[in-house]
Amino acid sequence: MSRLKLTGVSKRYGDFLAVDGIDLELQNGEFVSLLGPSGCGKTTTLRMIAGFVDPTLGTIEMDGKILSSPSGSVPPDRRQMSMIFQSYAIWPNMTVEQNVAFGLELRKISNAEVKRRVGEMLEVVHMSHLADRYPAELSGGQQQRVALARAIVIRPSVLLLDEPLSNLDATLREEMRFEIRRLHDEFQVTTVYVTHDQAEAMVTSDRIAVMNHGRIEQVDVPRALYNQPKTRFVAGFIGRTNFIEGVSDGHQVSFDGFALPRSAFERDVPAQGKAVFSVRPHSMRLSDVPPTAGNGGSAVGVVVLERAFLGEHWDYVVKPREGALTLRVTTSPMNDFPIGATAWLEFEPRQMALIV
Amino acid sequence: MTDNSLDIRALHFSGIASRLRRLDASMLLWLALIAALAFLILNPVLRLIISSLQETDTGSFTLANYRTAYGNIRHLQSLLNSLELGVGVALLATCFAVPMAWAISRTDMPGKAFVRLMVFAAFVTPPYLGAIGWILLAGPNSGWLNKVWMALTGASHGIFNVYSMTGLILVISVTSFPYTFVFTSSALDLVSSEMEDAANILGARTLRTTLRITLPLVTPAIIGGIIISFLEAIALFGAPALIALPARFNVVSTQLWQFFEYPVRVEEAAAYSMPLLAITVLMFWIQRRILGRRGYTSVTGKGGERRMIALGPWRWVMLGYALLVCALSVFLPMLVLVQAAFAKAWGRGFSLDNLTLHNFYYLLFEQTQAKQTILNTFLYSAVTAFAAISLTLAIAYVVNRKLVPFSNVLAFLCMAPFVVPGIVLAIGFYAAYAPPPLALYGTATILILGFTTRFLPIAYTSSAAGLRSINPEMEEAVRILGGSRLLAIRKVLIPLLKKSLAGAWILVFIPATRELSSAIFLVGPNTRVISVMLFDLSEEGNFEVLAALGVILLVATVAIAGIGSKIIGRDFMLRRNS
Repeated sequence: MSRLKLTGVSKRYGDFLAVDGIDLELQNGEFVSLLGPSGCGKTTTLRMIAGFVDPTLGTIEMDGKILSSPSGSVPPDRRQMSMIFQSYAIWPNMTVEQNVAFGLELRKISNAEVKRRVGEMLEVVHMSHLADRYPAELSGGQQQRVALARAIVIRPSVLLLDEPLSNLDATLREEMRFEIRRLHDEFQVTTVYVTHDQAEAMVTSDRIAVMNHGRIEQVDVPRALYNQPKTRFVAGFIGRTNFIEGVSDGHQVSFDGFALPRSAFERDVPAQGKAVFSVRPHSMRLSDVPPTAGNGGSAVGVVVLERAFLGEHWDYVVKPREGALTLRVTTSPMNDFPIGATAWLEFEPRQMALIV
Repeated sequence: MTDNSLDIRALHFSGIASRLRRLDASMLLWLALIAALAFLILNPVLRLIISSLQETDTGSFTLANYRTAYGNIRHLQSLLNSLELGVGVALLATCFAVPMAWAISRTDMPGKAFVRLMVFAAFVTPPYLGAIGWILLAGPNSGWLNKVWMALTGASHGIFNVYSMTGLILVISVTSFPYTFVFTSSALDLVSSEMEDAANILGARTLRTTLRITLPLVTPAIIGGIIISFLEAIALFGAPALIALPARFNVVSTQLWQFFEYPVRVEEAAAYSMPLLAITVLMFWIQRRILGRRGYTSVTGKGGERRMIALGPWRWVMLGYALLVCALSVFLPMLVLVQAAFAKAWGRGFSLDNLTLHNFYYLLFEQTQAKQTILNTFLYSAVTAFAAISLTLAIAYVVNRKLVPFSNVLAFLCMAPFVVPGIVLAIGFYAAYAPPPLALYGTATILILGFTTRFLPIAYTSSAAGLRSINPEMEEAVRILGGSRLLAIRKVLIPLLKKSLAGAWILVFIPATRELSSAIFLVGPNTRVISVMLFDLSEEGNFEVLAALGVILLVATVAIAGIGSKIIGRDFMLRRNS
């Protein structure tokens, strides 16, 4: 049985459908991110799981028991969950230790036990030496650690995180991503993580649910999401990509300026009609000599239109010699083609994702 | 390149020259401002302290004044009474204000706008009018509440007696709780709901969250309110004079007043006012210390959105409580005051044949003195407001643009009257300017100067806040196009400030119209103001005319506050300028 199960969950505010029929299941100990642009309904979904917002339609179950339904909901304080807020919501009138102890004290645990568990928890987040500080005396990263400690110390049934890193600066954000994942590996708490930052989601999550306009577009492990995006939105939201449209005639798929054999694709391309593919800029190779044929790939003669050197790689915009299609290609810093030069662009059909 | 560096050198030279020139002008400005402030603040306070140490006739150094002031068991008892009063009011006002502030700021209690309006009404009601209302309500046996009680139970005596310490505490609390309310609710408005959500999700219900998280977060504001209402209570003169004197006990303010009965003993009064001054300074120092610790509001965080807590059926309980406080502070006292104002005899009740407009007719047309008094009040208050705003605007400008060295001294002096109770300030003014060479006693000038000093802090906070909201670049744009500083002030600054200056004017004008504590020591036979006349009428026991005069004062105040909120936006008086 899954730990957390959302079935057909919707939330309507007046005329605005914030969340539109979401289905999602989390196994015990799983870490799932809700990833999407702002306004996609991910925070509303999280607040419905927490019990701060009641769904208009659908149910939320935990361990088979219904927590939320349109007819009534268990209030947040009885869900045994915990949450990390965008503002951290560390209580400034309490010390670090008092903040972390708060949830345990509500659970009628003996003082000695509270003290021991708070001490252990602060140890885990490397905050023991600051236990007596007030939040105003801590840096942003340290406040974040207090928020994590306070949420995890009660061993919640589900841990919810609402864009927890958005208020930190870039380097700290990168450090805390790994910290969150480390804590998850240590405590194995079932976690729902809301973010608009794809890198954050990819570092921390077992699976990612990409949301747009209140719907889940795709739920998958990070690699699959990147390599086999199922929708145009997912392909465009996660990483950079080229969308190219081809027409299939059963044997080969013809694009503007070149064609590829239909059998070379990993997923079944329809025998007849149009098909759209997402091609990552670095899944193509640019070279100055025509590659030897026969490896399933196909080389197309292209002209370089624009280029930019970014240190770690080159960014090229190229166009097949016949046809109007433009494509973004990234190559190693060694591959230096001047603008206007002709080159060979090699496709790898297995890395071209068919968009439905 | 060469051209550029030449330019820079030229600029440099002219910079030094102009700085020298500016130094002269700015020194003059600084001297003028500091002289004005010394006249208004430093001199009266110093004179107060000095004369407490002087012999009445010879002026030589003595401690005799302190001996007389404190060598009397009744005088010491008055000090204790004031302390009891202050603590009582501070606690009761907190009980009134904090639940209301919480309900309005953080819950879905119905009728919020109405309750806010009533708090505002309580705020603009002068404490002595509230006291008179309560005398009519809870005077022994004759008061309305007692009559209702006797009619309901058949008892031969009423159970309420406003002429008691409890009565006095209640009367002052119902007019001073808005301070705590404003402090607390504006602090609560800043607390992000995520603070409460965080406690909820960890297992705390609404009550526990409120007691352990929300209220502790605004403790500094609540303490600020407690301190203000404590200080307000011990410095107040009107309500204690109306209630404590008939009840045959004294507090510091009424005792001070008795030092001014013939023969006037200013030196003893000065000595006796020292604890009031000391306690006030001490309290503000304590408040600063408390606010200085922990960054209470600084950590409320970004993304601090506020959602209202759903109270369910409890929201009606909260509304009931809020309405009870409103009843005690506004409905009941105003009802009986208005009844008395339109009655031939207030004790005869709400019948039609008791209805009359004679009280108003008498005040406005028959009694010449009353007309003069009403005119005086509004004239003095208007001049006071103009004087205070002009002076503080000049100072705020100088401080804000750092035009002179040590400009912060000016700001500090402007705020200093805040820690001087009105009654103490008035005694200082009396000591400094009543005797020759100025001999201002009984003139309109001393009243206006006294009022101006008293409300300087209000004027300064408003002026400074207004100025801070205007980007100096607005003026710099005038300067770079060739306009002088004066032109910039006239064409850009003042027009931009018009609204906030109007607001500041009203914020000074309204308290000036009702000021009693300092007026009572400074008025002469020809400079009486409404508050003093109300006080005199109450001594004659003429409650109908008194109520009519009170109604006139309230109507004028409400009209001006109404105009103010039209111009400047709603509840401008309840906003906290900090």
